[in-house]
Amino acid sequence: MAKIKMTAKVESQVALALDVFSMWIEAGEIAKQAAAGQFVSVYSKDGSKLLPRPISLCEVDKENGRIRLVYRVVGGGTKEFSAYRAGDTVEVLGPLGNGFPLIHKKAFLIGGGIGIPPMLQLAKSLEGEKQMILGYRDIRFLDEEFAAYGTVYLATEDGSAGTKGNVLDAIRENGLDAEVIFACGPTPMLRAIKAYAAEKGIECYLSLEERMACGVGACLGCVCQSTDVDHHSHVHNKRVCKDGPVFRAEEVEL
Amino acid sequence: MSLNMKVNLAGVELKNPVMEASGTFGSGMEYSEFVDLNKLGAVVTKGVANVPWPGNPTPRVVETYGGMLNAIGLQNPGIDVFVERDLPFLKQFDTKVIVNVCGKTTEQYLEVVERLADEPVDMLEINISCPNVKEGGIAFGQDPKAVEAITREVKKYAKQPIIMKLSPNVTDIKVMAKAAEAGGADVISLINTLTGMKIDINRRTFALANKTGGLSGPAIKPVAVRMVYEASHAVKIPVIGMGGIMTADDALEFILAGACAVSVGTANFHNPYATVEVVEGIRRYMEKYQVEDIHSLIGAVHDR
Repeated sequence: MAKIKMTAKVESQVALALDVFSMWIEAGEIAKQAAAGQFVSVYSKDGSKLLPRPISLCEVDKENGRIRLVYRVVGGGTKEFSAYRAGDTVEVLGPLGNGFPLIHKKAFLIGGGIGIPPMLQLAKSLEGEKQMILGYRDIRFLDEEFAAYGTVYLATEDGSAGTKGNVLDAIRENGLDAEVIFACGPTPMLRAIKAYAAEKGIECYLSLEERMACGVGACLGCVCQSTDVDHHSHVHNKRVCKDGPVFRAEEVEL
Repeated sequence: MSLNMKVNLAGVELKNPVMEASGTFGSGMEYSEFVDLNKLGAVVTKGVANVPWPGNPTPRVVETYGGMLNAIGLQNPGIDVFVERDLPFLKQFDTKVIVNVCGKTTEQYLEVVERLADEPVDMLEINISCPNVKEGGIAFGQDPKAVEAITREVKKYAKQPIIMKLSPNVTDIKVMAKAAEAGGADVISLINTLTGMKIDINRRTFALANKTGGLSGPAIKPVAVRMVYEASHAVKIPVIGMGGIMTADDALEFILAGACAVSVGTANFHNPYATVEVVEGIRRYMEKYQVEDIHSLIGAVHDR
């Protein structure tokens, strides 16, 4: 497999919610290699912004050579991306990192906030029974698109939809169980899911986020604490960009 | 027209003057997916210590206007793993291997230097300028007496030519360059990063867990060019110039200022093909201006 940096063409861009955008881009070389849970580095055209923004793959359309990025505008770089329109170009590098293992068992696919998008491609790729538990602060996005792949359970902090509370509250309130868990979202959520999986003895995979520079495993900027000695530096630091972003829950200290 | 891009650093002949800056390229493995390492004058490894170092807590990196701050803290696998794994990887390529050596005490530097004495390494770059490690690194790099003393010690044990990597976080770079030369350095390289700080105004916290970090990228280039100019005029030994090189045009500024060779650092994060593009760009410049030998460009800047 080869990572490639390319100039891709924007096919469409729509706002899904306040500051959350969905952009389909034509990137055949990346799409044909990409898998659920991987990400791409997206580069700003503004020379004052040097570092690529890591954005997860929400959907991979291998047939038509397209990938879909669903991302939140958090600063100048993502604001620039959100202004791209059909026909514009975008610089991307990918596919990067290791995706989710495709374990076709009765599964929880848990997404929190902007950790929800990568779960969509995973939902499309998994063949077992899927229960999607999606956590939002208040405004929802993508939730309707998950319905085609299994049962969707919602958790909102303000109680505006589904369970009032977090994703684990939704699991408990609905009396759900699973044989494998896949999750992506804020660290406190992942920490709670890791504890839940350990308590229930469920196999669990977590997708982590960290500030990155190179995105390819060279700079050692984005490490996380690992339980075992890592193979790169022989300390307890795994690289989120290269060894992850998906890790077995027991592999990492959160 | 046949062009000569070869440069000689203390008896080591590089096929061209372009290498990458320590810490931005690992041991070459990750970037070998993008660039042919055979096309580089040399590969400079990330700092290697006598034992594995875990580095600093995260966040370790943050973008700034035209640059970035890093406080990795010299995470590295230690000399044993480096020699067993990384060195054989690098030896597959037809390029020179420069190992960056870090330590917290003189003894730790010397342990690594001695360990490399009989290894197939072309040069050693002694990192006395990392701003992100409290005890060591920079402690040696901001005092001319300490620079001279560590250089002298390293020279006693090193079998390869040594490059002393200097810090820009000093009052007068010329004094530091002369101190390294007096200690017996074969080559000097500069600049390492400039100490900086970024504050997250929304959280009212430091952007980096380490509070301070090293500033790199095009934002620092004019400072680096000035320091390379000053240092190269203060000493007789060759100078490797770096600091914000994004393109061949940037690299040429350093060469004209007096650098015999250049390193591409942060640019790799922005463009993984940056190193080879700099090599190709220098060649195109030489063709355009009919420069047959790169040596006629080194230090060739003149008054208006």
